Amino acid sequence: MELRLRGVGHSYGARAVLRGIDLDIPAGQIVCIVGPSGCGKSTLLRMMGGLEEPDEGEVLQVGEAPKQCLNPLTYIFQDFALLPWRTVAGNVSLVLEDHGISRADARERIENVLGRTRLTEFAGALPRQLSGGMKQRVAIARALVVNPAVMLMDEPLSALDSQTRELLMDDLISLWIRTPFTAVYVTHNLAEAVRLGHRIVVLSRRPGEVREVVTLDKPLEARAYGDADLEVQQKHLWELMRAEAAAADAELIGG
Amino acid sequence: MTRRWVGFTVFLVLLLAVEWGTRTGVISPLTLPKPSDVLQTFAELYSSGLLFQHLLPSLSRLAVGAALGASLGIGVGLLMGLFSFIRAGLVPLVAAIFPIPKIALLPLFVIWFGIDEGSKYALIAFGTFTPTVVATYAAVDNVDRMLIRMGQSFGLSWLSIVRKIVLPGAMPGILAGLRISLAIAIILLVAAEMLGAEYGIGAYILEAGSLYDLERLFAGVVILSVLGVLVSAVIGAIEKRVLNWRS
Repeated sequence: MELRLRGVGHSYGARAVLRGIDLDIPAGQIVCIVGPSGCGKSTLLRMMGGLEEPDEGEVLQVGEAPKQCLNPLTYIFQDFALLPWRTVAGNVSLVLEDHGISRADARERIENVLGRTRLTEFAGALPRQLSGGMKQRVAIARALVVNPAVMLMDEPLSALDSQTRELLMDDLISLWIRTPFTAVYVTHNLAEAVRLGHRIVVLSRRPGEVREVVTLDKPLEARAYGDADLEVQQKHLWELMRAEAAAADAELIGG
Repeated sequence: MTRRWVGFTVFLVLLLAVEWGTRTGVISPLTLPKPSDVLQTFAELYSSGLLFQHLLPSLSRLAVGAALGASLGIGVGLLMGLFSFIRAGLVPLVAAIFPIPKIALLPLFVIWFGIDEGSKYALIAFGTFTPTVVATYAAVDNVDRMLIRMGQSFGLSWLSIVRKIVLPGAMPGILAGLRISLAIAIILLVAAEMLGAEYGIGAYILEAGSLYDLERLFAGVVILSVLGVLVSAVIGAIEKRVLNWRS
């Protein structure tokens, strides 16, 4: 399944946050969205997931969702959003319980997804026993278990320290290599964008417009921490964003 | 482990100090009874069979009244937490009845529910109801919005979100509220029994007080304290079981 955005614009009251966004999210690719803070990245993501209706333009879902897909548009949140009273397996099972799946099928799905995210031996642990990185892996497992058509990731690694972030990026890449998934990945971290993105969309400051779409041809499995060509791309992205970020920073809050 | 005994030691030290004071005459017998005399009165109360004659009616009043008030309170509190329309309608009402000393309404309850058990149940239930409502509604309101949004984004049904996210999330607040509500229930139990009951701890204390029988008065007060400690221990045990996911 693909997502197509046509002329999406939105404003909160008199303040325009997004203007004239045209964007394609092709199946099987990771599209990163970067931009200065307050440029409407997260609003855009909420619209892609149907949590918010744009004032102008439309978000189209093109094609069929994959077989056995229980929740086509699935979010991964910055602060994990795990239920603290449920174990790792219980948190994953939560999102299967409303779909009338047989117990055996549910167990099989959970085992499979915990194996893929290397959480099998932590199935019985409670969230408070897990580190931040492990918690986000549980949240990723919970998203994968519904076999989503598009994963909508809102700064998924921002709450983690830089080492854990590297480890989780490696995890995401190896998950994608085993079974390519479609994802929109919102971040303000350009290093994450050049590691994970097949395409990187640079938004301008508010009202957010698409400034440039950078396509990276280097396959994900060939990218590594500190690659020279990725550094060049990252530098290019930073130059695009620099003036915008500085201007956004100087704006009055709520002004 | 040592922490557990600190509370007990405080009790013991206070008791020993009073015992020493009353024996040496530093504390006059008119100020406080000797703890050992209170203990003896209590033993007599037990051996004469009067203890249970007073205790059982009190316990059943407490159980019925508090169960009624707490379950209604949790129910209404949940509805207020879940539906903004109901909340808008009931918050002013709850704020209006919360500060009324419920004992003042006992004569009214006597007319409504009769002089017998009915009015006592009603008084205890009403007194437990308001703090439970406030605690429950605040607890539901405090459930992490992010978790609810997560449930919605995964397409969980409304009922599932309430049952699997809101209720367990509100449970710590509801149980903390019950601690307060049940202590209030004990206070109201005694008040109701003082105003018209043949048997019951309240009646026993009232009788001892009007005869200025300090030993019996204190024996009654001790029973109330033990009751309070027991109720708190029961809630503590429930918390340990239900809230074992907290550290």
